[in-house]
Amino acid sequence: MDRRTSIKWVLAASAAWPLSGTYAAQAGSALAGRGYGTDPNLLAVYHPGELWPLTFTAPQRRLAGILADIIIPPDEHSPSASSVGVVEFIDEWVSAPYPASQRDRPIVLGGFRWLNEEATRRFGKGFSSLAAAEQNGICDDICEESRSQWRDAARFFALYRDLTAGGFYSTPVGRKDLGYMGNVPLASFDGPPPALLEKLNLP
Amino acid sequence: MPFVKAKSQKHDYDVIVVGSGAAGGQSAYALCMDGAKVLMLEAGRRYNPATETPMFQTPDQAPLAGVGTPQKPFGFYDATVDGGWEVPGEPYVRTSDEPAGRFDWWRARMLGGRTNHWGRISLRNGPYDFKPYSRDGLGFDWPIAYEDVAPYYDKVELLIGVYGSNEGLENTPDSPPGCLLPPPRPLVSDLLMAQRAKRLGIAAIPGHKAVLTRPLDFTGSPARLHPGNVTAQRILAEDMRARAPCLWATPCGRGCSIRANYQSTTVHLPPALASGNLDITTDAMVHEVTLGRDGRADGVSFIDRTTAKQQHASARVVILAASACESVRILLNSRSAQFPNGLANSSGRVGRYLMDTVGSSASGQIPLLESLPPLNEDAADGDQLYVPWWLYRDQRAGKLPFARGYHIEFGGGKRMPGHGTAAGMQWLTGGTYGVKFKQDVRRYYGSFVGFDGRGEMIPNEHSYCEIDPSVKDKWGIPVLRFHWRWSEHELRQAAHMQRTFAEIVDAMGGRIHGPVQSDGAKAIAPGGSIIHEVGGAIMGSDPKTSVTNRWCQTWDVPNLFVTDGAVFASNADKNPTLTIMALAWRAADHILERMRRKEL
Repeated sequence: MDRRTSIKWVLAASAAWPLSGTYAAQAGSALAGRGYGTDPNLLAVYHPGELWPLTFTAPQRRLAGILADIIIPPDEHSPSASSVGVVEFIDEWVSAPYPASQRDRPIVLGGFRWLNEEATRRFGKGFSSLAAAEQNGICDDICEESRSQWRDAARFFALYRDLTAGGFYSTPVGRKDLGYMGNVPLASFDGPPPALLEKLNLP
Repeated sequence: MPFVKAKSQKHDYDVIVVGSGAAGGQSAYALCMDGAKVLMLEAGRRYNPATETPMFQTPDQAPLAGVGTPQKPFGFYDATVDGGWEVPGEPYVRTSDEPAGRFDWWRARMLGGRTNHWGRISLRNGPYDFKPYSRDGLGFDWPIAYEDVAPYYDKVELLIGVYGSNEGLENTPDSPPGCLLPPPRPLVSDLLMAQRAKRLGIAAIPGHKAVLTRPLDFTGSPARLHPGNVTAQRILAEDMRARAPCLWATPCGRGCSIRANYQSTTVHLPPALASGNLDITTDAMVHEVTLGRDGRADGVSFIDRTTAKQQHASARVVILAASACESVRILLNSRSAQFPNGLANSSGRVGRYLMDTVGSSASGQIPLLESLPPLNEDAADGDQLYVPWWLYRDQRAGKLPFARGYHIEFGGGKRMPGHGTAAGMQWLTGGTYGVKFKQDVRRYYGSFVGFDGRGEMIPNEHSYCEIDPSVKDKWGIPVLRFHWRWSEHELRQAAHMQRTFAEIVDAMGGRIHGPVQSDGAKAIAPGGSIIHEVGGAIMGSDPKTSVTNRWCQTWDVPNLFVTDGAVFASNADKNPTLTIMALAWRAADHILERMRRKEL
């Protein structure tokens, strides 16, 4: 994560911190003893559920996977979101003791509820039991916030798409899908190929 | 035994250095290499970049895909240990939570301090930057000029390794031959930005960053840095040889296990330790400078965080290099009959004139950069090119509604995918999902560019810190309370940044993301968030209006020095770290000279 991206996260998050008043900064200990702390082992490999308990029930996990795969299905370049651990990632995310997670948790869990209620209203059964075309019909109605009549559901869908993509593109499969070539040591950095610069009319 | 516990400290140190970051590391290095016996006290834990740096770890191996949290604000893999804008058990107080009136204080409790994670941008202040009051009547002049500091900029660049180029631009100093390493090749996005900005009369040039683009000159530089000192030359040559050049991967903010960039723990401390003249005690939370009967500092009191016991260390000279606000806190907490308002504070200026850098950001999406072929664009982790301030003439002519300049840090390219790579793209995709979404992510990956404006803040009477009358940290040490206010100069400058970013994105044929803020109060990042806080013990030529003299020596206590950013009398748009190191080295040379003359 580069400094720019993370600063934005911090600014967004700090605006949401439930701290106010003259002694705001004193409340910094609100998370003491929770989360991974301020000095975690950076060389270990972490898995969802190791640092804090997960949230999803079995039906929620099923729904989470179906929705993640609606957003990122398999195609000729890469497999589906759920096949690379995205459900576990989202479960870890909504279960974490940090402000961004605590902000997102009710949106995700509320969104699951809404999907089931809407599915029941339209088709008389839960979202997970619907046919793909029925599921897509609901998603089509909430996939863009600016033109959806269900504002909260659309906000949920936007968040869930971000989380699904965040989980997916963070994995080796996601990096390969995007053609990422870095994170390997090079003896020299030669810059872009001259042919590409010529094509783009760049010096 | 260079790392010593409190009880094993010796009693005949020449100098105590409080802090181990850019200022502390540079102070200790310069003193030790010339034979002074130094005790360094660091509040945080010992830290070893060679064994602790997560060089090639990927986001899927981290909790939450490695995103920042309050416990790791710059991401899980950021080098910072026990640090951030909140440190558990070590509160501070702010008098406002309004975005435009708050100050957030960054600290890192670890050996090397924030140098382990910093952005490595290493810009020289120019001639104007030391005499701002003389130019426009605002703020303060420094008691020194560019010419006084230039030899030390040269030395620091040679020692730590800084890439960059000499462009001969106004108030953007060139370095003498051999000082700078060659800059890295720009990315496609860099070249496009430079080409289009040029059409607006805005010049983008290679950045200056403390990253080794090739091995250091270990045969020539040691003699240039330590003329006549064969021992220092030998130690430094060996150490420079052991630093590997950049391998063009992994973010610098994680630190660098191969020592290809500057952090105090990989550049300053190893040779200082190799000299045999440096003892380091970590987990030593200094809270007071103690005074002898002669009115001179006789040492410091600290809390050993491993035992929670009160300890004392003594030396002939004390250097505070704990970071601007922490050094101020130590001074203000060092009260005595002689200094009831805090040590070295007869001027009443300790804590006054806190400054940060003016920050404002924007991002854009550039169709010309869509769907480019796969490229490795890790490069130097950003800052291949930047835009130095370009409107000096307009400012002189009174054509701008703010007095000081800013530079633009620019970023783009196919960075390592992570949590944010495909987030928030509705504004481009119209809300696609499914196979179409995956196609959109591929199309847009690498087509985003980011701009960070970094501008000069003019010191004012309303931005300062003091000791809070009631709040104490978990060690019982009284804490700081911050007051903060921007002036119209900063707010208008931030709005100007926004307009410039929009113009450059437009010239690149792209779309800016989100609103272009014309209201400076909405455009400006909160005080302290750029982590360039300086001031609080400013240097000057008059003991009545400043805390230190031109040598970073406090007016009131002749053997007490402050070598961190606290002494800055202004905060140019240039990132402060290189200047902190140059001033610390200069002060160390002065201390050595005075010690040789038995004046200290």
